[in-house]
Amino acid sequence: MRPRIQLLSPELIERILGEAFELLWTPGVRVGSAPVIELLRAADVEVREGVAHVPEGLVRRCLASVPRDFYLYNRQGENAVHYGGDDVHFDPGSCCVQVLDRDTLQARPSEIRDLVRIVQVAEKLSQFAAQSTAVVCTDAPGEIGDLYRLYVVLRHSNKPVVTGSFSAEGLPGMIDLLATDCGGREKLRQHPRAVFDVCPSPPLNWSEFGSRNLLDLARAGVPAEIVAMPLAGGTAPVTLAGSVTQHAAEVLAGITLHQLAGSGSPVVWGGAPAIFDMRTGAAPMGAVETAMLNMACAEVGKSLGMPTHGYLVATDSKCVDAQAGAESARSAILGALTGINMISGAGMIESLACHSVEKLVMDAESIASAYRLVRGIEASGDTLATGMFAQIGLSGEFLKLKETRAMFRQEQHIPSAVIDRGAEASHDTFARAGEGVDELVAVYEAPVISEDVLREFEGIVEREAERAGCAVGL
Amino acid sequence: MDPVFAAMRQSILEGAPERAGELARQALGDGVDPLEAVNQGFAAGITSAGEQFGRGEMFLPDLLACAEAMKAAVKVLEPEMLKQGSRREVLGKVVLGTARGDIHDIGKNLVGTILSAAGFQIFDLGTNVTPEQFVAKAREVDADIVGISALLTTTMAGQKAVIEALDRNGMRPRVKAIIGGAAVTSKWAAEIGADGFSRSASDALELAKQLMAHGEATV
Repeated sequence: MRPRIQLLSPELIERILGEAFELLWTPGVRVGSAPVIELLRAADVEVREGVAHVPEGLVRRCLASVPRDFYLYNRQGENAVHYGGDDVHFDPGSCCVQVLDRDTLQARPSEIRDLVRIVQVAEKLSQFAAQSTAVVCTDAPGEIGDLYRLYVVLRHSNKPVVTGSFSAEGLPGMIDLLATDCGGREKLRQHPRAVFDVCPSPPLNWSEFGSRNLLDLARAGVPAEIVAMPLAGGTAPVTLAGSVTQHAAEVLAGITLHQLAGSGSPVVWGGAPAIFDMRTGAAPMGAVETAMLNMACAEVGKSLGMPTHGYLVATDSKCVDAQAGAESARSAILGALTGINMISGAGMIESLACHSVEKLVMDAESIASAYRLVRGIEASGDTLATGMFAQIGLSGEFLKLKETRAMFRQEQHIPSAVIDRGAEASHDTFARAGEGVDELVAVYEAPVISEDVLREFEGIVEREAERAGCAVGL
Repeated sequence: MDPVFAAMRQSILEGAPERAGELARQALGDGVDPLEAVNQGFAAGITSAGEQFGRGEMFLPDLLACAEAMKAAVKVLEPEMLKQGSRREVLGKVVLGTARGDIHDIGKNLVGTILSAAGFQIFDLGTNVTPEQFVAKAREVDADIVGISALLTTTMAGQKAVIEALDRNGMRPRVKAIIGGAAVTSKWAAEIGADGFSRSASDALELAKQLMAHGEATV
C-alpha cells in the first residue's frame, strides 16, 4: 500500500472547482495579448476591456483534450520523468539571481560557474530526476538570460530540464536550442526533454508574456507547466481554500488558452502558491500552510486527472541551518505523500531569493527519505518473522541471516555521509554537505555532445544575442 | 594474484561460505599448502572486506557473511594444518565479555566475529561477566587483550572494576584492557585507565592490531 495524504474532501474539491468555474465567468480573467483575445473570440468567448468571460463548458472541453500523462526524455532518448498518476519527481528550484557563497556565508550574484556547479551536483544525485535552469547567470547578457541558462544546462547535463522563458520573444530561441539538442522540432514534440514553467499573474491575469508563451508551447508541442502563485491574503483570498480556488481558476484559464492553441499538447497543473507573511509581506516558502496550499492545489488537479507540479523543499532561512533542514524535509515528505509529479524548490533558501548548492545536497537526503516513506511497508517473503526465528531460535543472530543481507538495502535507505550517523563526532550539516558537493563535482562527467550540435548551440545563442541587441562571448 | 587465491579471496568478499568451503577442499585435493591458502587467499579477502567496511562500501550483514565464509574455509583447512604442524599465525589472544549486570551483546559479538575472522583467537565469556571471571580466563589462556563491553551508563562502572582487578592481579601492562559500548567515550577510557577504546567493531580490529604491534593505541 502506497501511503498517501489527502487534505481536501471530495465535497470540498467540488466546491473549489465550482467556484473556480464561477470566477472564470465573473469577474473573468484578464488577458493581455491580441493573439490570445483573437483565439478566445474564435471560440465564442466574450472579451470586454481585456477581460475574458470564459464559460465552464469550454473549459471542460479543453480539459478533456489534455493528455493525462506524458514523459520527459533524457539526452539518450530514454523516458526519465513521468508526469501522471502518483509518480513523484524532484528538481532543483529555479530562477533566482543569487547564490549562497560557502566561504563568506553571504548571498552574492549568481554566475555561470555557479549554475555549472549546481548542474554538475544535480546530475550526480539520483534524487533529482530533472535539472532546472536553477539560477540566472549575471555574468551573461541579461537580455538573453533565459536562453543562456538553458544553454549552460544543456551543455552540462543529460537529464530532462525544467525551465522557463523571461519574455514572449525569448521562448522561440529556447525551443530552437532544445530542437537542436534532440534532432529537430518533430523529435522534440515526440520526445520532449524540457518542460516550460509559465506563470499567470495573480489574481486571474494572463499577461501578454505568459499567455503568448502558452500559445507558442502548445503549438510546438513542448510541455507547459502552469505555475500559478496566489499569495493567500496578499494577492489571493486569505483562506487556504479561497486561494486554492483562485489557483484552480488561473490554471483552468491557462489550460483553456493552451488547448485552444494546440489541442492535445501536454500541460501540467502546477503552482507555487504560498501564504503572505503579514509582518514582512514576503512569501514564506517554508511555512506549513504554504506546503498545505501546494498539496491542496495538486489534489484539485489530480481530481481532474491532470499531471501535477508544486513548489516545495525550500526554506525562508538565509543559511543552511536547522530551520532550512526542518522546513525543506517536511515539505519534501508532504509533497511526496500527495503524489505530486514534479516538485521544484530544492536548494533554495531565503524564500526562493537565493540558491545554495550545499542545501541541494542536504535536500537530496530529505528527498531520499521521502521516497523511502512513499514506498511504504511491504510484506516480502513467505513469512514476516516466523521463518527467520525458525532459523535462529532465540539466539538473536539476525545479522547473520541471509535474509538480512539480502533485504536490508531495500528495507532501509542508506544515507550518504551528509547525514551524521557515524560513531565519531562530526562537523555540522553545512560542512558535510560542502564536502558532498566537492565529492560529486569530482566524479561528475560532462555529457558527450557532438561538435556540430555545440556549434549550432553557439549559433543560436549568438543569433538571439544579436536579436536582443547585446553582445555575447562564447 | 594466483587465480586460485583470487577465487578464495572473492569467495570471502562475496560472503559465500559454501563456495569458500568448496575452494578450501579443492585446494587440499590439489596439494596446496593450507597455510598459504589462508594467508594468501582467504585472509586477503577478510582484510579487503574490513577495508571496504571502513570506507562505507560494505555493511554489517555483508561483513558478517564474509566472516562466516572465512570460518567455513578455516574449518576445512585447520585439521590439515594441524596434521602438518603448521598453524595460522594468531594475531593475538583476546578475552571478550560484557560487564557485570549488562546482557547486551550485539556489539561484543561483532567485535569477536571481526577479530576472529582477521586472525585473532577469541575467548568469549558471554554476558554479565564478573571481574574475577575476566581475570581467571585471561590468566588461563595467557591473553594479550581483554575486551570489556558495556551498553549502559549504569554498567560502565563494571569496565572499571575489571581493569582494577587486572591491575590487582599484576596482569597489566602486559595484558591490554580495551573497552567499547554505546555510551563509552575516550574520556571515560582515559579516566579508568583503559589501553584503548573504539566506537565501532571495525575500529576495534585496528585498535587490537595496534596494541599487538606497538603495545599502545595510536588511534
